[in-house]
Amino acid sequence: MTQLALVIDLNVCVGCHSCVTNCKQWNTSGAAGPLVDENPYDKDPTGTFFNRVQTFEVGSYPQTETMHFPKSCLHCEDPPCVPVCPTGASYKRKEDGIVLVDYDKCIGCKYCSWACPYGVREFDEERKVMTKCTLCVDRIYNEKLPEAERKPSCVIACPTGARIFGDVHDPESTASKAISERGGYPLMPECGTRPANHYLPRHKTSMPIRSEQLYRSDNPLKVDSIEPIPMPPAHEDFTT
Amino acid sequence: MRPAFSVIFLTTLIGAAQGLFLVLYATELAHAEVAASFYIIGSAVILLLSGLGLLASFFHLGHPERAWRAAAMWRTSWLSREVIALPAFMAGVFGYACAHWNGSAATAAIGGVTTVLAITLFVCTGMVYAAIKVLKEWASPLTIVNFMLIGCASGATLASAYAVFTAPELTAIYARAAMALTFAALVGRSAALLRNARLKPATTMQSAIGVRHPRIVQRSQGAMGGSFNTREFFHGKSEAFIRSIKPAFLVLAFFAPLLLLFIGISTPTLLLIAFLLQYIGLLAERWFFFAEANHPQNLYYQTIG
Repeated sequence: MTQLALVIDLNVCVGCHSCVTNCKQWNTSGAAGPLVDENPYDKDPTGTFFNRVQTFEVGSYPQTETMHFPKSCLHCEDPPCVPVCPTGASYKRKEDGIVLVDYDKCIGCKYCSWACPYGVREFDEERKVMTKCTLCVDRIYNEKLPEAERKPSCVIACPTGARIFGDVHDPESTASKAISERGGYPLMPECGTRPANHYLPRHKTSMPIRSEQLYRSDNPLKVDSIEPIPMPPAHEDFTT
Repeated sequence: MRPAFSVIFLTTLIGAAQGLFLVLYATELAHAEVAASFYIIGSAVILLLSGLGLLASFFHLGHPERAWRAAAMWRTSWLSREVIALPAFMAGVFGYACAHWNGSAATAAIGGVTTVLAITLFVCTGMVYAAIKVLKEWASPLTIVNFMLIGCASGATLASAYAVFTAPELTAIYARAAMALTFAALVGRSAALLRNARLKPATTMQSAIGVRHPRIVQRSQGAMGGSFNTREFFHGKSEAFIRSIKPAFLVLAFFAPLLLLFIGISTPTLLLIAFLLQYIGLLAERWFFFAEANHPQNLYYQTIG
C-alpha cells in the first residue's frame, strides 16, 4: 500500500514562506478555481491557503531557538475528518493515501474542520466549500510535466530542501529513510490520527574531535614512540 | 469554538419539539381524557418548532442546495444520521397527527415508533458533538444525556404552557413534570460544567509542534489578517463575558423556570413566560456549550506576529 506524504526538516527550514506562495500560486491556477483572497490590498487581508509557515520561539532569552514550522494537511492514515463528513465529499484515496475533498459534493457544513485537531482545513468563503492540501495530486501524476517536476509545488519551491516528498510505506524511499534515520515524528500522536506527514527534529550541528585525530600517529619525525626533540628556533644573526 | 447561531437554534428548537412530543405521547399512554384536537394542534406545534430548526440548520451550510447529499454517509457520520433522523421524526409526528385526525386506533403504535425516532434524534444530535474526540469538553456521554434532559425539560415546560390554552386540567401535572425534568437537566448540566472545569488538555504546545521544552511561545501564525482558523475556532468574546454568561444561563434556563413552574401550578398564566425564559436561557446555554469547547488547533493560532 502506498502512502504519499511530506517529511519536513525543521533543521533546515528558514521560514521563507516560499512553499506557501508556490502552493497558493499552483492551487489558485488549477481547474478547481482560484483560492479566494479577501481584501488582498486592504485592511485585514485574508484568504484560503493550504500551507502556512508559523514561527515559534523555544526557551527563555538568551537561550532561545527560533523554529519555523510549516503546517499543511498531514494526510493522516486514520483521518478524523473523513468519517464525520455527512456527504462523503471528504475521502482518503486507497491507492496513494491522499486525503481529498470533492468540491462538487461538499455542502460546506465545516464539520470536518471541527474533527481535525491540526486546523489544516480552510473553508473557502467564496466557493463555500472546505478546501485543503491535495498534495498537488494534479502535479504528481501529471504526464505533461517533466518527470522532475512531478512533485508537490511546495517541495519544488523550498530553497533549502526542507521538504521531502515520498511514500512513507516504502522503507526504501528517501522520505522513509529520513524518518527512520533522523528521528522523524508525527504531530499530536495522542490524537490517534496517525499522520502520514512527519517532521524531522532540529539538532545542534557539531563536530566531535578526539585527541587521536589531532595527534599524527604516522609522524615521520617520531621514531619508536620517542617524541622528536624540537629544534631550537632558527634565526639569522644580523649583527655580523 | 465560535458559536454558530444556526446550530444553536436548530438544537434548542428540535430539543423542545422532541420533548413536547414525548410528553404528548405519555399523556396518551396515561389515558388522559383529552380531545383529539389536543394532540393534533400539539403535533402542529412540534412540526412548527422542528421545521424552524430544520430551516435554521440550512443557514449553517455553504451550499444549502446540496443538503440532500448529507444523508449519504449514515454508516460513519453522526451528522448524516441526524440529517435522516430529523425528517423521520417529523414524518412520525405528522403521521401521529393524521392518525388522531382520522380517529384511528393506530395512534399508540405510530406514537411508539415516533418515540423511538425522537430518542434516536436526541442520540444523533448529542453524538454529533460527543463523537469529536479532539474536543474534550464535548466528548462525553454527558453531552448526549444533557441534550436529552434539556430537550425533555423545555418540551415539558412548553407542554404546560400549551395545556393552559387547550387542556387546563393537565397544566398542574405538566408543570410538576417540567419541574422534575428541569431539575434533572440542571443536575446533568452542572455535572458537565464541573467535569469541563477539571479537564486537562491532552494536547499541548509540546505535542503540537513536537518539541519537548516547557517554554514555547508562538511568534507568528503565518498570516497577519486572520484566517478561517482564527474565525471558526475562537468565540471572540472577553473572559468577563464568558464568566457572566454561565450564571446567566443557569438562572434563565433552570432556576427561573423552576420558580415560575412552581408558582405556575396555581397561576397558569406564568407558564408561557416560564417557557419563553427557559428558551432564551437555553440559547445562552447552547452558546456557552460552543464557546466552552477549546479546539486543539487553537495552539497554532496564539499570536498574529
